[in-house]
Amino acid sequence: MPSVFTPYEVFARWAVERVFGLDPATRLGSSLEFFFYDVPKVLTLLVAVSFVVGTLQTWLQPEAVRRILGGRRLLFGNIAAAFIGIFTPFCSCSAVPLFIGFLKGGVPLGVTFSYLISAPMVNEVAVALLWGLFGWKIALTYIGFGIALAIAGGVVIGLLRLEKWVEPFVWEVPAGAGEPESMPLRARLREGWRSTREIVGKVWPYIVGGIAAGAFIHGYVPSDLVMRWAGPENPFAVPVAVILGVPLYANIAGVLPITEALAGKGMPLGTVLAFTMAVTALSAPEMIILRNVLRPPLLAVFIGVMTAGIIAVGYLFNFVL
Amino acid sequence: MKIQILGSGCAKCNQLRENAEAAARELGLEYEIEKITDFREIARMGALVTPALAVDGKLKLVGKVAGPEEIKPLLRAS
Repeated sequence: MPSVFTPYEVFARWAVERVFGLDPATRLGSSLEFFFYDVPKVLTLLVAVSFVVGTLQTWLQPEAVRRILGGRRLLFGNIAAAFIGIFTPFCSCSAVPLFIGFLKGGVPLGVTFSYLISAPMVNEVAVALLWGLFGWKIALTYIGFGIALAIAGGVVIGLLRLEKWVEPFVWEVPAGAGEPESMPLRARLREGWRSTREIVGKVWPYIVGGIAAGAFIHGYVPSDLVMRWAGPENPFAVPVAVILGVPLYANIAGVLPITEALAGKGMPLGTVLAFTMAVTALSAPEMIILRNVLRPPLLAVFIGVMTAGIIAVGYLFNFVL
Repeated sequence: MKIQILGSGCAKCNQLRENAEAAARELGLEYEIEKITDFREIARMGALVTPALAVDGKLKLVGKVAGPEEIKPLLRAS
């Protein structure tokens, strides 16, 4: 069935048969076809998604977001924060100033957490990769579950009234307020392109490397091996995938193509989704940075709520949907 | 003037610092560079996202690595 991606299939087939003179049915041929199909397709999607998000985010600078979310009530504020998080990039190095600035700007703790969960989890790299490797339905499912988790996690933390476990100095810092920038559309598009170059420039080696590893698995690793370890027969595959995902921050680009190859050999998609969420939302460096503003009990609640939520998403998708 | 680079010392902050210095040199400005890495100080100055650039305590640019050409007008206006 022809689709927008048909040209990529034609290209991959052409590369394997004409350039390398191989039969796509052989191991090496099927590995190479996987590689030459996925690399151009994923990079194209990454450029497109990054550009759209990079341009839209100029309307949602943190100052503007703080103004929108300031003083919002539970639930409505959490929903708004989770959706805004889709369009805003997030670098864990900014987590602390952002956290302080939001709280001082009158954004409730639970709403701040909804944003802190959604922004890194629903990011352009993860969405573009899921779309390219697993299709748009899986990408949308990921966004949907990500938003649901961000809302639920923030509401739980908000209801528990854990403000007492925020490091006391946070309330004492006199936070200044920057002004949201206004800029013409041309400047916004230029900004979108700048952020696209930055993102693609940073992650393309991981994507190519990850797809190369995925291509090897695709051609050479036997399916029954994958089924035994990561398949539906292993009831612990979801939690194990979540635990494995925590130290892999920033390498989502290199890791997802490997999971694609594993999924092709029987690893269930819920396990893939849970793993992706763990990599993006539960990164070890971000937790260490957040420790600066969160006292250990609050950090533990945050990690516990997220871990439980992500594992639930994995099981829900594997066994119910 | 005092050019301040706000950020926790990641690669982006160093790039911003280099660009700011290049801009200041090309404009022939007398300047000193101050790196602000303490996140309390960063929050106090009003930056929600790093890296950020301030001149004499006033925030000029947040959340991106601007090139020298983009930084020049910010320095000239101060």
